[in-house]
Amino acid sequence: MGYRMLKSTLAPGLYFMQGDEAVAEGAIAAGCRFFAGYPITPASELMLHIVKRFPQVKGKFIQMEDELASIAAVIGASWAGMKAMTATSGPGFSLMMENIGYAVATETPCVIANIQRVGPATGQATRVGAGDIMQAKWGSHGDYQIIALSPWSVQEMYDLTIRAFDLAERFRVPVVLLADATVGHLWETMEVKEELLVFDREKAPGQPPFDTPEEDGVPPMPSLGEGENLIVSGSTHDGFGFKKVGDGAVNERLVIRLSKKILNHVDEIWEVERHLLEDAQAAIIAYGIVARSAVRAATELRSEGKKVGLLRLKTLWPFPEKAVKGLSEQCGKFLVPEMNLGQVAREVERVACGVKVERLNQVDGEPIFPQKIMDAMKRLIS
Amino acid sequence: MNKKFFPYIRPERYPHRLCPGCGHGIIQGAVIRALSELELPLKDIVLVAGIGCAGNITNMYIKADTFHVTHGRPLAFATGIKIGNPKLNILVISGDGDLASIGGNHLIHAARRNIDFTVICANNFVYGTTGGQLASTTPLGAITSTTPQGNEEAPFDLCALVQAAGGSYVARCSVAQPQHLIRTIKKALAHKGFAFIDALSTCPVQFGRRNDLRTPAEMLMDLRKKSVSVEKASTLPKEELPGKFIIGEFCADLERTWSGYRES
Repeated sequence: MGYRMLKSTLAPGLYFMQGDEAVAEGAIAAGCRFFAGYPITPASELMLHIVKRFPQVKGKFIQMEDELASIAAVIGASWAGMKAMTATSGPGFSLMMENIGYAVATETPCVIANIQRVGPATGQATRVGAGDIMQAKWGSHGDYQIIALSPWSVQEMYDLTIRAFDLAERFRVPVVLLADATVGHLWETMEVKEELLVFDREKAPGQPPFDTPEEDGVPPMPSLGEGENLIVSGSTHDGFGFKKVGDGAVNERLVIRLSKKILNHVDEIWEVERHLLEDAQAAIIAYGIVARSAVRAATELRSEGKKVGLLRLKTLWPFPEKAVKGLSEQCGKFLVPEMNLGQVAREVERVACGVKVERLNQVDGEPIFPQKIMDAMKRLIS
Repeated sequence: MNKKFFPYIRPERYPHRLCPGCGHGIIQGAVIRALSELELPLKDIVLVAGIGCAGNITNMYIKADTFHVTHGRPLAFATGIKIGNPKLNILVISGDGDLASIGGNHLIHAARRNIDFTVICANNFVYGTTGGQLASTTPLGAITSTTPQGNEEAPFDLCALVQAAGGSYVARCSVAQPQHLIRTIKKALAHKGFAFIDALSTCPVQFGRRNDLRTPAEMLMDLRKKSVSVEKASTLPKEELPGKFIIGEFCADLERTWSGYRES
């Protein structure tokens, strides 16, 4: 139990693959054998690839009647002992919110791939956006922490999906793969390594499955059918799952532990990538497909002699404060390009006191191109 | 309760939290007796419930794995559990509001799949937990807290609904005839497909007191008076059926089973 190295199910080597398919392959590699989904653009290709590949690995797929049912089935399967996931886009993600909160409260490991399209509402189903960043963190009611990762390439659709499963199992929390339509539909080469790191559920028969005296804060997780007389409940519960709906202290202890088990381990979770930042005086902070444009913009600006770099956020939630704060002590100016009207920019402003944070926002269903980022950065540093 | 049933319950959790006179206690007793008479291994049973008074039939009382989920979604959660581990025996017990209103879509789809569940709808015609509001099962004319002038909407016939959707065992019972309820639960548990029981129950606190049925006994007598068997109903003229509860089996297609979800 815990972390171990696992041989890849796919033969090691290079593959030419679509982003959505790479998520499916990453899930299979990580040991996911249950997928419940509902068709939605631009995430359907992911489900189609699962349907194609699952028979080869004895995976179980079901197309549910809606997204509420999809995430519910995923949570049920997770408690039946499976590594389980679903995939969706904005409207479906909205429908899943209540049950994502249930997964948080019942500490159910699961992965939700949200291939974001431009919204709100039905928006433009086939075009890209990144408007669900705050929703991923705050979309369900009540106070909680969640993990969200942002891939920028087909390679990362594969790698971060594996990581999403590891983090979900390690911390018993839903993990959102917060991708976007452009990365989802991108075709490029990715490499499958011989071995990968996976995390398997910790078991401890007889121990409380919903509380722990350990500092770690993550209790062991039994499955249904193991004779543990489990009580899995979305109501406030004690360590053995017994409802405690009249005891304020129990709720407080639960909510604080659910939050702390994530926040006390941010160093295990946070991942950022630094590009051209060594002597940078201004930085772009970006994520997802926009970071691809941003790295190009930074490289071009460097060739013009401008000391500009890129901090790429691979983890979006919990927000990688340390990296942003650290960089704010070096750079006086940040540019945050986003395919929304400013969501991560607010987090950057919150963390990086005293730094000028310039926003570059675009919600026209297109990725932000390098030239636009270059122009904005030139204005910022001129 | 007879001590022989103690292995099936968590005795330290009693007395239960249902209101005095609540019919759901009779359903709980019937479930425990059915499980005990069938001698099903409790280790393989998963009880799934949604939100509402009926969630208290299982939650914390019956000694098996218990899943208490979001409002309306027990059948969707149960689908993941069953496909995730087909060895588990799924018993869903939830209310009419949970299964037929907010969760109505999951009800028809689980029935359509004929997935191997036993579903007991503890149907008390009203939203009890939240203060006696109109349900999709409230009889025509009945007073609820949101229909003070009487309900003008036709209620669901849940058995007809589930049968039309594809359920392979469909029956209606009432807490006024508990032996019949126990027998029916046993048959439903033994069936290897989607088995649905519309278990009519009583809510003197939220339903009875607004509808001239103030005491639990009056409610039970009323249920019994309005009940006719499937056999008798087939002989009655159509105009005599409105307002009656038809009790018995509507569909017992025991040949049509869920073959276990294929390992896709």
